[in-house]
Amino acid sequence: MTIATTRPTTNVHRSSLRWTISDTLTIARRNLLALFRIPTAVVFAMIQPVMFVLLFRYVFGGAIAVIGTSYVNFLIPGILVQTTIFGSVGTAIGLAEDLQRGLIERFKALPMARMAVLGGRTIADTVRNVMVVIIITVVGIAVGFRPHGSLIAYVQACLLMLAFAYCLSWGFAFVGLAAPNSETAQAMTFPLIFPLTFASNIFVPLQGMPGWLQAFARNQPVSQTAEAVRGLMLGQPHQHSTYLALAWSIGLVAILAPLAVNRYRKAA
Amino acid sequence: MSEFAVEATNIVRTFHDGNFRALDQVSLRVPTGEVFGLLGPNGSGKTTMVRILSTVLAMTEGSATVAGFDVRHQPELVRSNIGLAGQFAAVDDNLTGFENLRMVGLLNHIDKAEAIRRSRGLLEQFGLEEASNRLAKTYSGGMRRRLDLAAALVANPPILFLDEPTTGLDPQSRQDLWGIIESLVEGGTTVLLTTQYLEEADRLAKQLVVLDHGKIIAEGTSGELKSRLGNTVLSIAFASTSDAERALALVADISSKPANVEGTVIDLTVNDGPAAAAAALRRIDGASIELIGLQLREPSLDDVFLSLTGHKAEDPSTTETTKSRRARKRSRS
Repeated sequence: MTIATTRPTTNVHRSSLRWTISDTLTIARRNLLALFRIPTAVVFAMIQPVMFVLLFRYVFGGAIAVIGTSYVNFLIPGILVQTTIFGSVGTAIGLAEDLQRGLIERFKALPMARMAVLGGRTIADTVRNVMVVIIITVVGIAVGFRPHGSLIAYVQACLLMLAFAYCLSWGFAFVGLAAPNSETAQAMTFPLIFPLTFASNIFVPLQGMPGWLQAFARNQPVSQTAEAVRGLMLGQPHQHSTYLALAWSIGLVAILAPLAVNRYRKAA
Repeated sequence: MSEFAVEATNIVRTFHDGNFRALDQVSLRVPTGEVFGLLGPNGSGKTTMVRILSTVLAMTEGSATVAGFDVRHQPELVRSNIGLAGQFAAVDDNLTGFENLRMVGLLNHIDKAEAIRRSRGLLEQFGLEEASNRLAKTYSGGMRRRLDLAAALVANPPILFLDEPTTGLDPQSRQDLWGIIESLVEGGTTVLLTTQYLEEADRLAKQLVVLDHGKIIAEGTSGELKSRLGNTVLSIAFASTSDAERALALVADISSKPANVEGTVIDLTVNDGPAAAAAALRRIDGASIELIGLQLREPSLDDVFLSLTGHKAEDPSTTETTKSRRARKRSRS
């Protein structure tokens, strides 16, 4: 057997920024290909949020009173925010798997951009979140959700929650790289997302909570984001919470991304 | 390229806040265009060495150049000149064989058309053509290992690091991989190979070092190492330990090294196997000691270790499963 040993042509003239972008897209594409080949992941990403919609719309919803709009109109923006945050947990699981299987080690020995593994993963998870947002919107409308805001405001609301979930996913990237395996990574994310999504205004108005919990729930970033998304979708005042949600997103990514990148350098 | 593809000087790597020395002052020089063997049992530091030289893991002390580039200060240039294939076949289960290779090609910054052409070529050469559009998770152990090696070769690196490429493979797959490695070296590639099999080091490597607990305990050509050992091991088994002890007094001088007794078995290191076996048989028979078995075999890694260190190499079967976990745990601390 002969194996060609001439050195293949490499694109030496491309700038490092262009390489970073192309490497990131290569990794993102790989993650998206893999996503649709794992049925359980698709189920986790797509079916579970639909179950949440049905559960709260038809089982719990009747017992929850909201002021100023119907419960389904209150619920769907909240579920969208919750779903995109749950979706970013996939970042932790995916990176923990890559680490466990030695793929991170392979990537680290390649002349690829350092940022691409984390960048590609978080982008792929965002693409998945976009699909989930579309599915929930369709299911939401089918169960009676009637957004009163403009279409542009609806798109802005979606972009806002996707940006928030993206920024948060850098924190989950850190968790995934710090966990010994994907099962532990998933377990480690639970105590983080549970209080953030349930001690919030996602499913219920804050007025029913005890005072100490209200103080937390009102001011934590997920509630701020849900408040902004709800305002945009329902055509209600939203500017204050939108700015706060954006500030939270930027603040989170500014802290979490360097942590994750530093962890990546040490990992494998 | 210079005379040495890899030069490492006094590499130290500690874990657990310096409490564990995985590598202790390891120096080696890998001549360009040859296979260089890093021989040692599990936990001897082979994998740590490969990870440091491939820029995956930082060294605690020391210096190294790969392809003439400094591992510490020019890691990007090192990475452009190496391929890495490990014993845990780092392939993406959810991609096909072809997709795996194309991805690695693109990440090596090869032209897209070239990456596709090289991927197809390697799949064909490694007997994976028919499986090229199947997900890697459906591959057998041998196929995964070949795909992993192919991934290391997509960019055609002048230097290849192979970390226990055949551990856990069946004999046929092992022979196939040996053939591939030999043809690569014929084409001018330099290979740094780690292995726990003396047979593998003997077959492939011109020069080798033996690692034990992070230190080099012997180096030279495999011929030199073997001649230090004697060429053959004569193993004689008896019915009881008392028989073995009586026989030991009679045959000990046949061995060129101190004879090794374990229970009812005596291992002698001999230069001329058949003659030594005949002499031992005559003496044992003359003393009317009953013989259970007699075997002539090539020295194993265990024999090398016994001869060099006085202790046996760790049993690979008991440590195999815990190894990856341990390696990961170590590298994170």
